Amino acid sequence: MTSPKPLEIPTMDMTSKEVLRRIEVGGDMLLNMGPQHPSTHGVINFLVQTDGEVMKRAIPEVGYLHRSLEKIGERCTYNGYMPYTDRVDYIAAMFANQGWAMAVERLLGTVVPERGEYCRVIACELNRIASHLISVGTMAMDVGAVTPFPYALREREFINDLLEELCGARLTYNYLRIGGVAFDLPTGYEEKVATFLDHFEKILDEFNRLITYNEIFIKRLAHLAPIPAQMAIDYCLVGPNLRASGVKFDVRKDLPYSIYPALQFNVPVGKGEMGTLGDAWDRFWCRVEEMRQSCRILRQCLAQIPKGGEIMAKMPRKIKIAEGTEAYSRIESARGDMQYYAVAGPGENAWRVKIRTGSFTAMGIIDALSRGLMIADLVALIASLDVVAPEIDR
Amino acid sequence: MTFEEIHQRLVAKFGERVGPLAPANKDAWALVQTAAIVEVCRHLKEDPELAFDCLMNLSGVDWPKKNQIEVVYHLWSYSKRHSFILKCQLDRAKPEIASIESVWKSADWLEREQYDLLGINFTGHPDLRRIMMPDDWIGHPLLKDYKEQPEWHNITTTRDSPLDGFVRLDELRKKAAAAGAESAAPAPKKELLQ
Repeated sequence: MTSPKPLEIPTMDMTSKEVLRRIEVGGDMLLNMGPQHPSTHGVINFLVQTDGEVMKRAIPEVGYLHRSLEKIGERCTYNGYMPYTDRVDYIAAMFANQGWAMAVERLLGTVVPERGEYCRVIACELNRIASHLISVGTMAMDVGAVTPFPYALREREFINDLLEELCGARLTYNYLRIGGVAFDLPTGYEEKVATFLDHFEKILDEFNRLITYNEIFIKRLAHLAPIPAQMAIDYCLVGPNLRASGVKFDVRKDLPYSIYPALQFNVPVGKGEMGTLGDAWDRFWCRVEEMRQSCRILRQCLAQIPKGGEIMAKMPRKIKIAEGTEAYSRIESARGDMQYYAVAGPGENAWRVKIRTGSFTAMGIIDALSRGLMIADLVALIASLDVVAPEIDR
Repeated sequence: MTFEEIHQRLVAKFGERVGPLAPANKDAWALVQTAAIVEVCRHLKEDPELAFDCLMNLSGVDWPKKNQIEVVYHLWSYSKRHSFILKCQLDRAKPEIASIESVWKSADWLEREQYDLLGINFTGHPDLRRIMMPDDWIGHPLLKDYKEQPEWHNITTTRDSPLDGFVRLDELRKKAAAAGAESAAPAPKKELLQ
């Protein structure tokens, strides 16, 4: 078999705003993948320029789910914005809640009571496991392994039940409040979470045997679309995508917030075990390992949580902050470093809310990575970056 | 490095073009002259002591009262684990600033977003198109004086609120109290259901 010819990537006149309409196809095929495509994880469109099965370029077109959440943030009161933040990322809504709560707490200088912080971390880590389960399950399904998906979703149902018991909602929680949490843990909740963890840690090993170290799966994903560390940083990849490239950075460890300094956990970093450092398999493996670390965190939280005590700080009924005060919050969401930039307005609402999410920057790298990949690999690449459409568009 | 040390290094290199460190409430920031932004950013990235290898966030803030649009750059260094904030103030009538896409790749999408939502023109950007709104949308939604167009391709962008005409119970009570009829409990149901 002869080695394939190096691809010629056509240069385009990028100065025009109408660039997408004027791709010089010249013998290539121009495909629209999306916006209603099952493997794009939501409503995203990819304009794919291909030569047979090989892509020359895939240009992501986003914005189909833009709900102007930042504009809504300027109209709502600080407390009133909390339910909207759920809709930033419906798979890991608890983190979007926490980012907003922490941004306003920084504006106010509020200190959250310890039990409230523990409630937050328990809810968030449960949510992280749920989110990663969706991610690894759908990724396996996108590359053709259908079996792990129901396995993952079955476990996620337990977490949904636990979170429903905690805050009454299964997806958009609206559980956190500025200054604490809405509800205390129900009676016997600790035991229920512990029972789930006992069960889930065994399932994780089973999951590893089923798919993570499955030879066919490894062959499919190893060496696929590796991202060098420098490129990942340059494109501002965050979270498991960044760590898979070998950059050991976790906001929980490096810029500790909440009660994370009191907890022991490891930060899984990609090692290029099965192929190249930072390939799709590394990203998959990082998420599986993070679930295990979340279990560790949860066990410590259950052991350390103070018995009784306040869950909410004393908050004024109406929050007013001096105009022009600004705060920046960074939290480690399931999709990585989630950042809120909030500027206080003259009244009871913010002047500007900016949400920088992991999915948004991860989409920016697809154009650069897609050159020379197969079309089927694009599906695996999107899945391995774990993008969630509403989080891109906000 | 702390904010102060980073700022001192910047001032030593760029002099007047980097403003004083704002005695900010929480996170300190420095104002940079609009014309010098690319140079300052490149220095921040390439100076081995500063080594800001990542542009975390780029936001625009509209201030109609000051007749300004502020561009805020949040920088982060993975190698040194420190952060810094730069600000540029643009004229509201013609917001224009040089693109820093050549310094950090992540600026590509972040700048496109701010162009789309606030109309900031990043000169030298390789692909400055709308990203969230449709290509033929009129106006920039995050501007404070933005007025939404009534329809787009024959699709109306507004609809009547189903709550229009409803009267709130407490307002009815207030009105009744003001009228002096304290005992006469208003019959809210009728109004609420219309």
